[in-house]
Amino acid sequence: MSPKSKWTSWIKVGARAATLAVAAVLLSGCDAVLLDPKGPIGEAERDIIYLATGLMLLVVVPVIGMTVAFAWKYRASNTKATYAPNWNHSTVIEAVVWSIPVVIILILGTVTWISSHTLDPRRPIASAQKPLEVQVVSLDWKWLFIYPEYGVASVNELALPVGRPVHFSLTSSGVMNAFFVPQLGTQVYTMPGMQSQLNLRADHAGSYLGISANYSGRGFADMNFKALAMEPAALKDWIARAKAATPLDTAAYRTLAAPGTHSVALYGTVEQGLYDRILNQCALGGICTNEAVSMARIKGPVPKGPLCDPKTGKPISIKS
Amino acid sequence: MTAIVKDREFAHADHSDAGKTPLGFWIYLMSDCVLFASIFAGFVVLRDNLNGGPAGRELFDLSFVAVETGLLLVSSLTYGMAMIAANAGNLRTVFVWLALTFLCGFGFVSMEVHEFGKLIAEGAGPDRSGFLSGFFTLVGTHGLHVTSGLVWMGVMFVQLALRGLTAVNRTRLLLLSLFWHFLDIVWIGVFSIVYLMGAA
Amino acid sequence: MNESFLFGKLTLDAIPFHEPIIMGAVGGMVLAGLAVVGALTYFKAWKLLWDEWLTSVDHKKIGIMYIILALVMLLRGFADALMMRSQQAIASAGAAGYLPPEHFDQVFTAHGVIMIFFMAMPFVIGLMNIVMPLQIGARDVAFPYLNSLSFWLTAAGAMLVNISLAIGEFAHAGWLAYPPLSELPFSPGVGVDYYIWALQISGIGTLLTGVNFITTILKMRAPGMKLMHMPIFTWTTLCANMLIVAAFPILTVTLAMLGLDRYFGMHFFTHDGGGNPMMYVNLIWAWGHPEVYILVIPCFGIYSEVVATFSGKSLFGYKSMVYATMCITVLSFIVWLHHFFTMGSGAKVNAFFGITTMIISIPTGVKIFNWLFTMYRGRVRLEVPVLWTIGFIITFAIGGMTGVLMAVPPADFVLHNSLFLIAHFHNAIIGGVVFGVMAGFSYWFPKATGFKLDPFLGKVSFWSWFIGFYIAFMPIYALGLMGMTRRLAHVDNPVWHAYLIVAAVGAVIIGVGIAATVLQVVLSIVRRDKLKDTTGDPWNGRTLEWATSSPPAFYNFANVPVVKGIDAFWTMKQEGKAPKLEPSYAKIHMPKNTGTGFIIGILSIGLGFALTWHIWWMAAGAFLAMVGMTIWHSFDEHRDWFVPSETVARTEALHFGVKAPEVVQ
Repeated sequence: MSPKSKWTSWIKVGARAATLAVAAVLLSGCDAVLLDPKGPIGEAERDIIYLATGLMLLVVVPVIGMTVAFAWKYRASNTKATYAPNWNHSTVIEAVVWSIPVVIILILGTVTWISSHTLDPRRPIASAQKPLEVQVVSLDWKWLFIYPEYGVASVNELALPVGRPVHFSLTSSGVMNAFFVPQLGTQVYTMPGMQSQLNLRADHAGSYLGISANYSGRGFADMNFKALAMEPAALKDWIARAKAATPLDTAAYRTLAAPGTHSVALYGTVEQGLYDRILNQCALGGICTNEAVSMARIKGPVPKGPLCDPKTGKPISIKS
Repeated sequence: MTAIVKDREFAHADHSDAGKTPLGFWIYLMSDCVLFASIFAGFVVLRDNLNGGPAGRELFDLSFVAVETGLLLVSSLTYGMAMIAANAGNLRTVFVWLALTFLCGFGFVSMEVHEFGKLIAEGAGPDRSGFLSGFFTLVGTHGLHVTSGLVWMGVMFVQLALRGLTAVNRTRLLLLSLFWHFLDIVWIGVFSIVYLMGAA
Repeated sequence: MNESFLFGKLTLDAIPFHEPIIMGAVGGMVLAGLAVVGALTYFKAWKLLWDEWLTSVDHKKIGIMYIILALVMLLRGFADALMMRSQQAIASAGAAGYLPPEHFDQVFTAHGVIMIFFMAMPFVIGLMNIVMPLQIGARDVAFPYLNSLSFWLTAAGAMLVNISLAIGEFAHAGWLAYPPLSELPFSPGVGVDYYIWALQISGIGTLLTGVNFITTILKMRAPGMKLMHMPIFTWTTLCANMLIVAAFPILTVTLAMLGLDRYFGMHFFTHDGGGNPMMYVNLIWAWGHPEVYILVIPCFGIYSEVVATFSGKSLFGYKSMVYATMCITVLSFIVWLHHFFTMGSGAKVNAFFGITTMIISIPTGVKIFNWLFTMYRGRVRLEVPVLWTIGFIITFAIGGMTGVLMAVPPADFVLHNSLFLIAHFHNAIIGGVVFGVMAGFSYWFPKATGFKLDPFLGKVSFWSWFIGFYIAFMPIYALGLMGMTRRLAHVDNPVWHAYLIVAAVGAVIIGVGIAATVLQVVLSIVRRDKLKDTTGDPWNGRTLEWATSSPPAFYNFANVPVVKGIDAFWTMKQEGKAPKLEPSYAKIHMPKNTGTGFIIGILSIGLGFALTWHIWWMAAGAFLAMVGMTIWHSFDEHRDWFVPSETVARTEALHFGVKAPEVVQ
């Protein structure tokens, strides 16, 4: 162990003890799901919370102590204390009060730089297994999960294999939401016409609460889902159950896209290219944004007159 | 309005030096600068969001815009002449140069309105795409500024006619000139970023 | 939707007769309004109100009006807070509670908007108005009429928010109205339009204040007062107003773009048509983060004044303090992205903004140490303003810590938008801004009114706020760690229930603190003779505002003080050169009152209302009338007058408690 890592681990232990002491007062056991993560990302993030809090407590606790102590010791009624009405400068104190925060921020800044890279949501989780691809769509007010590998889809129930990394591609049908399973770590915004990415892994089987962490309107409070981390056998059963369900085609998607809450649902098949069309905002008809963009890149004048759907060749009317 | 109207004798009596009003107006212009900078930023972000609609190079008539630009540049020059005349105390000449400035400014705004009308008639209105929203808003905000400058100039005519080149009116002329030249500078940005780069 | 020419989208259905809670609130507001009208008529005070207040260009009176506005809006915003806390406490075991989501969503939106724009901003600007010109030894601000206009535009914005309660609805898109949710397809009602116009109108008022105060500070300081002689509160006022001038235009543009999307079908932030909602989030926070500092920097100034005065010592590390303030001012513009680390910017971008955010804690930390070392070796009188200051240091240290924690992007990845975030920014804003304005309120109240506030109720207020804050927000921190996110109209996790109940109890305790403040003001007015400040210097002050009478004569200083260093008044007292009655006085040049600001303010309410409801004729009429008023006002060049020397002499004699001297012509 290098001296540096020894030292940081020492801080970590101390910080953890201090934070736990505070947390124990506030929290009962494992209710604090952020402090009880079930995967590597969440664990790393919890450790950063402990480390940063501990480092800062090194200043915050003395500051609070000094505040109370100074106010009490130098209270007006205590005439025994020194009174120096014109004492207003000390180079030593100034140097110390500038350098203490500087040192702490240097350490924290380093932690920030490193951890922002290692925990970048887009960074794949190192693993021997190929990550499972899950496509996520936030709808008003429900979650759609599409599993290209399994050929199935689900609403408000996210099936995850225990121990295998998962790569999420996320978008939204309309307004902004945020995909968040607190016990697995990292949340990411879902936005219409844009794709976000996220890598997570669940290391323990269980059912974890998933939420939207960005307010999205009337049904927001009910926009929850269950993240089920399953061992291979259970997952196989789940897939089999899904396979038996109805297909997810444009008509079914249209029903889903209507504003409202929704109970858990499974879909046996998924229409080809549905996710891409949602991403490009043409799942319910209209011109796909990726095609509009590619037209804009054509050199020379864009042909005037009606635009044609590249698939059908039929003219498309554009609302203006 | 009254940013512009604090008079000088007040400042004298008030133990601080004059020049509060020009300073205040400068600060306002700086905030206007931030305003335009934000709109420019918005335009640049949305520049390529054509939504299947027309791009700048299909829409812009550079020679038309060049004439428009010329008018505004000339109006800055004529305003400068008006200020020289004001400093010389020659009210009649001030009127002549101000009138020319007004005409150039009015011509500029009219041409812009014409351009907007033409674009909207072609189906390239501000609701067509993100790019066009940005375009109309940026150019339109500048146009609204020029229009309010014209209204101000109209009021200035009356005030000069009624009261002549008083200290108050001289300060106001100075502020209007700052405003007018500022709009000129902003337009150079609009011309380069929106039209020249857009048409390329 | 059908729109009539006469009333636009407005119909009788817009008034929520079927909502007992809203109608109750509206009824209460109408009754309170009628009571005020009745009292004014009964006491024949209409003329006084018009002459002395509505048309006043006196910065001290404008400041008082700002603070009254802030306190009234505090009650409204706090009522919203109580509704939220009680709804979540009730609706947390799967129950629906008493607020349906449409209503709850408006409540949290209104709470945020009101507390930031119409409580904290007017409070801070009100204190700046009262104090800053006095601190620099000026007789008024640079542009007195503009100052009146600023206030009335702010009040107009607040009025629009209140009107939305009775007619139509308020926005339910959150206090920053992120699109696409705030766009027409997802928010088709008038709520977002009320939001846009209320903020645009008050925002212009704020921007004008910025222009006005910077000019005042740069141009109107007393002779001899160099920049490095200015009291810290004046410094912080300067920095905050520079932030206003640089940041508020961004807000104006952002809201204008949102408005253009909604009114003209443009595509700035729409989910379709080539709009980019992420741009809104960037723009709004490019204003929003500096806004936080616009609020808190002046409060840092207040703490500096309070801690020096009540420790009987000059401020420790004045220069450090000034440089720290400047650092914060500049840095506040390069941290905005920390509000959305979870949007998926790359690791380098996130890390950059995380680190810049942390760097702000360095100058802030220095400030805290400087306050501590000002108390060190002092004689700290534990009066109410000091209690607020000590409460602040303790609370803000914790709020700062949780803030820096969330500046680490991976920590933010799990804490973002959770109740931990809510607890953090309430910790910073209640601990930093509310405690600050309350400290300033009790500190400068005798200066503005001529009598002190009752100290006992002041202490009740402080302890209620202090204890109430911890009881309300520590459970909210905990809930954040339990994975509870913000803005939930109802929850069904039984584990959270107890915490939500405790938080609601905390809110009630804070309510006791607010009630104590209201009672304190009323009681102090009743007992004003007993609490009178005859000296003009009730706290043994150090800066120039204490060198004149309480309340100061409308001309502030009969003779403009000459300044040689920091703590100008303290030095004068030490050298035995404090102002005293002079045998004769010169006449003083002062601005005249004008009703233009008030009238334009009223017209702007009409404009905002008409635009909200698409009543185009009324909007055009109000707009033209505003332009017309402005032009008409520009023709009035007789805006000032000379206060005769005998008036000055009589006023000063009264202040020094002697019989008026024989008038020397």
